[in-house]
Amino acid sequence: MSTEADARTAAPQCPVAFPLRRPGRPFPPPEYATYRGGAGLVRSELPSGPVWLVTRHEDVRAVLTDPRISADPSKPGFPKAGRTGGAPSQYEVPGWFVAMDPPEHGRFRKTLIPEFTVRKVRELRPVIQQIVDERIDAMLAAGTSADLVESFALPVPSLVISSLLGVPKVDRDFFEDRTRVLVRLSSTDEERDKATQALLRYLGRLIQIKQRRPGDDLISRLIAAGTLSRQELSGVAMLLLIAGHETTANNIGLGVVQLLTNPRWIGDDRIVEELLRYYSVADLVAFRVAVEDVEIGGQLIRAGEGIVPLIAAANHDATAFAAPSEFDPERSARSHVAFGYGVHQCLGQNLVREEMDIAYRTLFARIPSLTLAVPVEELPLKYDGVLFGLHELPVTWK
Amino acid sequence: MRITVDPGRCVGAGQCVLTAPDLFDQDDDGLVTVLAGAADAADPGDVRDAAALCPSGAISVAAD
Ligand code: SF4
Repeated sequence: MSTEADARTAAPQCPVAFPLRRPGRPFPPPEYATYRGGAGLVRSELPSGPVWLVTRHEDVRAVLTDPRISADPSKPGFPKAGRTGGAPSQYEVPGWFVAMDPPEHGRFRKTLIPEFTVRKVRELRPVIQQIVDERIDAMLAAGTSADLVESFALPVPSLVISSLLGVPKVDRDFFEDRTRVLVRLSSTDEERDKATQALLRYLGRLIQIKQRRPGDDLISRLIAAGTLSRQELSGVAMLLLIAGHETTANNIGLGVVQLLTNPRWIGDDRIVEELLRYYSVADLVAFRVAVEDVEIGGQLIRAGEGIVPLIAAANHDATAFAAPSEFDPERSARSHVAFGYGVHQCLGQNLVREEMDIAYRTLFARIPSLTLAVPVEELPLKYDGVLFGLHELPVTWK
Repeated sequence: MRITVDPGRCVGAGQCVLTAPDLFDQDDDGLVTVLAGAADAADPGDVRDAAALCPSGAISVAAD
């Protein structure tokens, strides 16, 4: 009998609960290791129906690069995580290119690539530095304690992406509130629809204004390029706003905790890549569906079956990273899939790297007495979101 | 070592530039290019890493 057939029969028949993370337990969920060491792929059940959870590094990369596996939620069988199981309506927004397959996806991606090259992102360093410094000034001026999520980890990426897009600073709260609805697993379809519509209306008006009075910003440059319709532009802008801030905010917050508890790494150049791997905040982001029969890791996946490649499971696979549960910036972590893999790999990844790097360097240089105000075990972690992170990060300083 | 890049497949993530900045660059459209004359001097380890990290399979390496 072939090993492939063995692997197939080894897949558990009884579906496992989704998501696997639970309050009070370590992240990534201990089950990831069990599944990786077993069949690799397991059945799970989402409100929209059954899915395959994929846990091995190699298999996750295979899922994310296979042309027979689609990122398009309108394809039959596409997994939906919302409590009610309806289609997350932001996926239907024109220009929402993370939910498109090639070649359509390429038209949007190509328009944006020049804005996010390594060189272009490096040019943004002074902007990021200024935003980081201003946030720290504000924290220091306000006293000797703060919620670092609220006063630093969230505003920094939010202000950076707003400034890049050309969105006025005063509208930041508006975006953060709406985005929070969209990244919460428990949001209802109605809540999602409302948030999406509000964001699109706002961005539509902003684009109108910029058509008349262009500025030195990404939206104005996209208008000038003339390759996207106004509706598509709103969708792209909304996608960038959302993708650009919660993810980075969670990375910054978790990273600060790691460095506070492990201070010997403060100032090391290699921490960012390892933090990205270690926390894998976008564990549940990359949903897919097979559009043809395809074999992944010895398991036959039928056309129309949903697939959830678990990013954190892949990034903690011992065959790809030795002693994966150790935080070790000395390892070479670059083959992590924290930004995904394949044609959808995060467009803004180098912006994230710069933001994290500048945030940690500046924070610990300017507030060397920074300490956690509560024991690590009591930090409220996000177990209820698409993204992993911290709800709050209470800190004090002298 | 022969390095070929396919800008048609490139998705502009810049992994190649981060891995081997002396060898790869992104043009005005953000797509991968190989810097002139750099291939001969390139560290084969870096080149292999860049090819493996490229998310879209835009970089291929062949021994000559
Ligand atoms: S790593 Fe690949 S996709 Fe990214 S810029 Fe280089 S060639 Fe293009």
